[in-house]
Amino acid sequence: MIAVLKQKKIAALAILFALAFPLLIPNNYYLHMMTLSFIWMIAVYGLNLLAGYTGYLSLAHAGFFAIGAYTLAILTVKAGLNFWLAFFLSCVISSFIGFLVGLVALRTKEHFFAIYTLCVGYIIYLVIDKWDNLTGGVRGFIGIPSPANIGPISFQTPVSQYYLVLFFLLLVVFVMYRIVYSLTGRTYIAIRNSEELALTIGISTMKDKLVSFVLSIFFTSLAGALYASFIRFLGPDIGYISVMFDLLIFLLVGGIGTMSGPVVGTLLMTSISQQLQFLQDYRMLIFGPILTLLVIFYPRGVVGGVIHWKTKRTENNRDSRVGKISSHSSNEKQVKEG
Amino acid sequence: MLELRNVSVQYGSFTAVQNVNIHVHEGEIVVLLGSNGAGKSTVFRTISGLNKLSKGEIVFKGNRIDRYSPDRIVQLGIVQCAEGRKLFSRMTVYENLLMGAYIHRKEKEKIKQSLNHVYELFPILKEKRNDLAGALSGGQQQMLAIGRALMSRPKLLLLDEPSIGLAPLIVEQMFQIIKQINKEGTTILLAEQNAHAALHIAHKGYVFENGTIAVQGTSQELFANDNVHKAYIGT
Repeated sequence: MIAVLKQKKIAALAILFALAFPLLIPNNYYLHMMTLSFIWMIAVYGLNLLAGYTGYLSLAHAGFFAIGAYTLAILTVKAGLNFWLAFFLSCVISSFIGFLVGLVALRTKEHFFAIYTLCVGYIIYLVIDKWDNLTGGVRGFIGIPSPANIGPISFQTPVSQYYLVLFFLLLVVFVMYRIVYSLTGRTYIAIRNSEELALTIGISTMKDKLVSFVLSIFFTSLAGALYASFIRFLGPDIGYISVMFDLLIFLLVGGIGTMSGPVVGTLLMTSISQQLQFLQDYRMLIFGPILTLLVIFYPRGVVGGVIHWKTKRTENNRDSRVGKISSHSSNEKQVKEG
Repeated sequence: MLELRNVSVQYGSFTAVQNVNIHVHEGEIVVLLGSNGAGKSTVFRTISGLNKLSKGEIVFKGNRIDRYSPDRIVQLGIVQCAEGRKLFSRMTVYENLLMGAYIHRKEKEKIKQSLNHVYELFPILKEKRNDLAGALSGGQQQMLAIGRALMSRPKLLLLDEPSIGLAPLIVEQMFQIIKQINKEGTTILLAEQNAHAALHIAHKGYVFENGTIAVQGTSQELFANDNVHKAYIGT
């Protein structure tokens, strides 16, 4: 019980900090960086649902991020649709494409699934890059409107956009939380654990995998649509492999298959990236070895490492105070999702 | 209740099981004996739909089930408790049991009843319900695996080597519990290498050798059969 309360407290503090951030640091540059990080976090949460909980490492998510972004751009600029309708449609259209991809991709497993989705992601990038009439090709897509007013609320200022993105982030985290701690979430974890075992207890794994795949893509394309309306310029690069590996690194550093991993990983990596800006591309020389070590010693990232350390500590405490089992059992439960 | 007719299973060009006929009547405990690699597990995987057969047919309660998907077979009432105590090791004991009742997930009251029943059979699981499944001892993990299979209220329970790697005392206990589960109305198909203990509780048995059935008969007949005795029971 204590651990759960503590976890809730930390979450509440983080939310409070995020809410107060524009007041504490009234600096447009930092505000911009923070908003962008939130958008990445949403995309990483999407990836986490599939790769972290269901155990299917998709490398097509940058592609779907781009589909979400470009669909919003095309629907608002070329088709002249109402912003929020276009926003909603871009997530739905991207998810539908995801559904079609999933029908085939989910027949493969493990490495094959990763390679297959890597190819899908690259094809999406190529289509965006080459389809000049629709996407503007290498020149990119300009003139995307920022989010339309909702009643009296306008989203023209950086601060209001910050809060809009924060709102969507909190919504995604809340939905993720509800999914992960439900039977559906346990079903996904069961599939990750052993698909055959899941089959033998009567789970129709194909259906569940498909739902998790589509949900995961829905979140990621939501991030893409937010990105388009925030940056207001799109180039085919956002669907490129390097963005995919950024997402993956955020997730791995933070902790794959943990609730707070995407937040921790994205914040950590974007800020380190900023600090090492002066090294230009040479910073990859530093990132590479660090990542390798992290994956070897902390396969579940920073969050996974902290949880592991905590359980170990409570276990040691328990050994010295025999009999007080009640507090540790709830702690052990935390190990699962963090 | 369950009938395998001339079933053959192939892995690529390798024939793992050839022309096997097995008949399980309602209420029975039927044991499949045989050494490693004789084809027992393949038969189990084929019944539960994880492997497809290359020849023959499987009939359960009048329905041909060999083309069904694994989850549909579970819904019909055939549940496999896999070899090697496969559990969801990062979930608690309680969560593992809940997952076992997946096909009844909308019937909360039914789940509660099954849960109480499993706790009665295995009091240790109730005691350890908040522990991670991976932290249990070997015997407890086997109990959890069986308990989880029971949560779906199977009509036919497939137990693949429930005694593997357990201490003799626990094995004895395990077979008593299997007998009790059977008495409560669940038909059981059991794969075992521990022929002595298995034949004690079984009604009849089939002996596998190289993917075919070498000998079959009632427990008494198998006990009396010299070859079986020498090969699987010892003196």
